[in-house]
Amino acid sequence: MQSYDLVIIGGGPAGLAAAVSARDNGIESILIIERDHELGGILNQCIHNGFGLHTFKEELTGPEYAQRFIDQVKERNIEYKLNTMVMDISDKKVVTAMNRTDGMFEIQAKAVILAMGCRERSRGALNIPGYRPAGIFSAGTAQRLVNIEGYMPGKKVVILGSGDIGLIMARRMTLEGAEVKVVAELMPYSGGLKRNIVQCLDDFGIPLKLSHTVVDIEGKERVEGITIAEVGPDMKPIPGTEEHYECDTLLLSCGLLPENELSKTAGVSLSPITSGPVVNDSLETSVEGIFACGNVLHVHDLVDFVSEEAKNAGINAAKYIKEGKKVAEKEIKINPTGGVRYTVPVSIRPKEMDDSVTVRFRVGQVFKNSYVAMYYGDTQVLKRKKQIMAPGEMEQVIIKKEELNNYPDISEITVKIEAE
Amino acid sequence: MYDVIIVGGGVTGSAIARELSKYSAKIALIEREVDLCEGTSKANSAIVHAGFDAKPGSLKAKMNVEGNRMMDDLARDLEFPFKRNGSLVVCTKDQDASLLENLKKQGEENGVPDLQILDRDELIKMEPNLADDVVKALYAPTGAIVCPFHLTYALAENAAENGVEFFLDTEVKEIKKDGDTYKVVTDKETYEAKAVVNAAGVYADDLNNMVSNKKIEIIARRGQYMLLDKTAGGHVSHTIFQLPSKMGKGVLVTPTVHGNLLVGPTAEDIDNKEGVNTTGAGLGSLAPTSSLSVKDVPYRQVITSFAGLRAHDTEGDFIIGEAEDAPNFFNAAGIESPGLSSAPAIGVYVAKMVSEKLSLSEKSDFKATRKGILNPADLSIEERNKLIKENPAYGQIICRCESISEGEILDAIHRPLGAKTLDGVKRRTRAGMGRCQAGFCSPRVMEILERELSLSMFDVRKSGDDSKIVFGYNKKIS
Repeated sequence: MQSYDLVIIGGGPAGLAAAVSARDNGIESILIIERDHELGGILNQCIHNGFGLHTFKEELTGPEYAQRFIDQVKERNIEYKLNTMVMDISDKKVVTAMNRTDGMFEIQAKAVILAMGCRERSRGALNIPGYRPAGIFSAGTAQRLVNIEGYMPGKKVVILGSGDIGLIMARRMTLEGAEVKVVAELMPYSGGLKRNIVQCLDDFGIPLKLSHTVVDIEGKERVEGITIAEVGPDMKPIPGTEEHYECDTLLLSCGLLPENELSKTAGVSLSPITSGPVVNDSLETSVEGIFACGNVLHVHDLVDFVSEEAKNAGINAAKYIKEGKKVAEKEIKINPTGGVRYTVPVSIRPKEMDDSVTVRFRVGQVFKNSYVAMYYGDTQVLKRKKQIMAPGEMEQVIIKKEELNNYPDISEITVKIEAE
Repeated sequence: MYDVIIVGGGVTGSAIARELSKYSAKIALIEREVDLCEGTSKANSAIVHAGFDAKPGSLKAKMNVEGNRMMDDLARDLEFPFKRNGSLVVCTKDQDASLLENLKKQGEENGVPDLQILDRDELIKMEPNLADDVVKALYAPTGAIVCPFHLTYALAENAAENGVEFFLDTEVKEIKKDGDTYKVVTDKETYEAKAVVNAAGVYADDLNNMVSNKKIEIIARRGQYMLLDKTAGGHVSHTIFQLPSKMGKGVLVTPTVHGNLLVGPTAEDIDNKEGVNTTGAGLGSLAPTSSLSVKDVPYRQVITSFAGLRAHDTEGDFIIGEAEDAPNFFNAAGIESPGLSSAPAIGVYVAKMVSEKLSLSEKSDFKATRKGILNPADLSIEERNKLIKENPAYGQIICRCESISEGEILDAIHRPLGAKTLDGVKRRTRAGMGRCQAGFCSPRVMEILERELSLSMFDVRKSGDDSKIVFGYNKKIS
């Protein structure tokens, strides 16, 4: 059996940044396994700009952003395998993978970084009633067809869900000659970034209907029409509010799901809220030596934050490979409450942690003129005013080691939203 | 001139075609869709009933029990997925347990072996997720699950290999008696045959009524289903039926032969014979109804929902046999549940009638076996690596959710009566049938279809002629 110090599953933005940082922290033997025919992951089809403002202080397209990291990987001569599918990861960190030339093979890794990304919620998972014709695409599938293959999957389009890919695709389809009739969003607020609503819908006069959903799909072979209806506070359609749109295409942008089927084969514990692995401040999962970063851990809004998180995963995996497992003296749980749905990480090791750890979270509803509050035990250590917070925008707080160690006896850190 | 023309390429027509291909005869099968298994056969409960439901003496009872009995040998010879997982009809504390006794007696009269009535203590060991109110159940160990697509394709491919000609994408418009023969007028050509077999599903009444004054009426009875992720597939291991109650006939909860969990069907008589749409009300009824027999079904893991139409005859039994006033016109009509279970037996029964009527003789060179689509997941690593070395396409995963390789997709496209569409590939290989529902693999399967069938990308379709997937190059749609 071949062996590597570090095997990284996925050659998208998370996997690339993790590989670079692990190498820069002294790990020579690294293998990135990528299922697609090129590195870069989903960024390759995100040809719009707006990437890299945090990381590179400039505005790049997705492929440009990916290329920066691909170049870094190549400069460092980090090994990677393309067109290779990982079939299984054992809890002993044996990775089973397959491709055309090597066949099916096993690799023993000292550490593994999970960086498989996420997938889109499908029509079936949404239980949208109606026929099952051609012309129903997840927004990302349509994005691949248009931006990579150069084919238009529709002429008259209705979009369900205001996730960022859906908003981006509303603009994209319009620019390529299609007519986007409406974007319907089940929730009373958008699931995407504010800037995308302005730049992708408002600038093109595409209406966004909040609290609306698709209640019927017509057309036996190809979509012929879509009926949407307003939903009440119970999220159920209100009879009498139906509106019919003649169209040939329905795009779905109704949420992303971390893709953790492989993580499960290794026995990694998953959070029921994020659907990603439960990790501590080192981004280590419940299985020793298996780390996670990027959208497989929790769905991010900005790739810059993925890169930052992946860098940390690389550093911590390198430390684990060099120093082995050190049992934490103490682990403090982070308790998300008062409108905070979850945090990543879920716990902090006050002795072993880095000097500062970024804790990312999402809120469960829209908050206006509220405060992000953090408590070490019962003591409030942060109260930061935010004019607006929405589930579509990830928030963060920073825990400083020096500060935390002033509270040696606490058993819990609380992150919550407060009105006043 | 054909000896026999079969109209309808569902499981019934395919089973009849395969049985008739044992005889020296010129046989054709005409199907209006571009692929086989496009109607009732593709959207049903995917189970092989034990055979206790139908009234003793009925064709449904006879065909069901015989079809069930034939399945093991057939699955071995034709290599389609089939599993005897056993079935339970459960009775809750508010229901009349004597109904189970009646069912058992009826089943025994029909010839169903090994029926037993079990108490809750035994049941809960077999199925820990049975609803708390379940007190007794009728256990039928011969109940089974099957892949309805592969059953149909297997029968049809084997028939094709034994000489049956298939005309797909060909719709029968009219059938006329002309002297001793029938003229079968289609949207393409007119074919002539000595005998016609009507296996046209929900349209079998139209066909019969073209040549016979003994009119029949087929009603489309819609059934809606939800399919759950494989992670939910172990929620039950047997097929769980409900006793009919004042809530209706009830729904079943069953594992599928591929390891998913299936819940359904509703039962609604509808006017539209193309009405395979699901409805909010129909899908919404499944969770409360299923909870009467099985608790905690993880509905958050639904990956798709679908509807199928059962061809319900108003008289209630299968209509199989020669039409009284139309010699050599044979019906296999009203084949609703247990149609899938009965198909192999219906094939034998109809083929016998037709061959006797036309005095056909059995061939000596009938090939009884068919090679299924190779599933590399069944191989050891060594065998798999040997396969990949011989054909590297087996090393390239296309559908990540179901781990389907390019090799399997090529096999599905290039075999007899192979796949020509995305749905055709999906039903033969499961590429696109997993939890992402083809989000990732459909552009790649489209490329493979384009390349292998020398199609333009603009002619790659999901299923029928009007189901194009892309309309033009960027900026060039009008």
